[in-house]
Amino acid sequence: MAEKGMTPIVKTITGWIKGLIMIFGIYIVLYGHLTPGGGFAGGVILAMVFVLLTLAYGKEESLRRFRIGVASELDSVGALMFLVIAVLGIAGTLGGRFFINYIAKANPGTPFTLFSSGIIPLCNIAIALKVASSLFMVFILLVLMRVIHGPGERA
Amino acid sequence: MLYALCFLLFMVGLYGVLVKRNLIKIIISLIIMESAVNVFIVMIGYRKNGIAPILNKTMEHQEFIRRTVDPLPQALVLTAIVIGLGVTAMTIAIAMRLYERYGTYDIQEIKRLKG
Amino acid sequence: MLEFIGLLLLFMVIAAIVAIETRDLLAAVISVTAVGFGVIIAFFYMRAPDVAIVPIVVEVLILIILIRATLRVGLRTFIGNRDFFGMMVTMAMLAVIFLAGIRVFDDFPPFGHPVMQRIADAPTRLYIANGLKETGAANIVTAVLLDYRAYDTLGEATVLFTAIMGAIAVIRKKARKKPTEPEVGEWEE
Repeated sequence: MAEKGMTPIVKTITGWIKGLIMIFGIYIVLYGHLTPGGGFAGGVILAMVFVLLTLAYGKEESLRRFRIGVASELDSVGALMFLVIAVLGIAGTLGGRFFINYIAKANPGTPFTLFSSGIIPLCNIAIALKVASSLFMVFILLVLMRVIHGPGERA
Repeated sequence: MLYALCFLLFMVGLYGVLVKRNLIKIIISLIIMESAVNVFIVMIGYRKNGIAPILNKTMEHQEFIRRTVDPLPQALVLTAIVIGLGVTAMTIAIAMRLYERYGTYDIQEIKRLKG
Repeated sequence: MLEFIGLLLLFMVIAAIVAIETRDLLAAVISVTAVGFGVIIAFFYMRAPDVAIVPIVVEVLILIILIRATLRVGLRTFIGNRDFFGMMVTMAMLAVIFLAGIRVFDDFPPFGHPVMQRIADAPTRLYIANGLKETGAANIVTAVLLDYRAYDTLGEATVLFTAIMGAIAVIRKKARKKPTEPEVGEWEE
């Protein structure tokens, strides 16, 4: 095969829908406290965008957009962000407890709007970052980074 | 009755883990056991003719309290699924490593080759 | 209505048996994905849309990874399980566990009546009654996940991080050595 990846049909369709899937994933993350979804669901959908890109275009294209070092850093950033949000609850003058919802305590928003539940959307974003980069790393490492071969058939 | 069916699904997975020799089959059995446990935990919280534990603007709060299913098992299962994926990925990584070293997925063969 | 979920569970049991007993590894991988999609339909049926979104993607990812792991190997499996005597002992033990374990469900409320109804001060009741007021989140599952029980989620994030680190440590390139020198220290970094 001359070029990597699948047929031009698949590539074209992927080019059209990848942005839509990404917007859908971001919507799921941001509105996780109002509708079904949240950080976990949105994170796996965001990871799936890159899985789709990898399957359609080959690994170079996907790794050009989302390098493995960046994925590793985003993973750590997500975990740290989650922890910092939690620890700010102790440090802040509002709560004094780990994981207290200090923003909602200080200025409760109107229910059923985007900015209504304090730290929960921020935690959702942190978890989504973490889950998306973790799953992308797992996929890249297990599926693409090595070719399976037995001891006899060394590549 | 339904709980028993769920338990049967778990036992099928346990049978696979205990009896099968192929590492991929053992990983598949682990995935089946995990699915059975997840379904069982969500089943505990199900209420007949219930509604999803998500409020909307139009519904009365008292009616929501009366009809909603239990949200706590759902929250626990949600984390368990993602952990399950991580654990599955790790077992597959170990299996691929063993294959590269010994050239087979058969655990008895691996035991024999290890000496 | 109740029969539907029973049939679904039966379908899952059959798919699981097929997945475990078939000779073809590719068929086994696809059957285990069938079990996973049965789980998803069961979640939707049991009014858990939050939970149902996640495994759709997770199952597809597991399918891709497992197919990749089995593809180059040749899709054969090994004829014969363990020896006959061990097999009998295993089956007997499984039967005992099943028959003993099934009696636990006598203590459970029937399907459709959640356990929280029995207990007057179950924490779930607090979450349902005060969730919107205390956290502002309309989705009570998210409220439980990220406010009431955020410790669990933090632990989950740690476990996921550790599992991914473990997978990377096992499979990374640097530790790859020639298989012709099976020394003891080979697996150490």
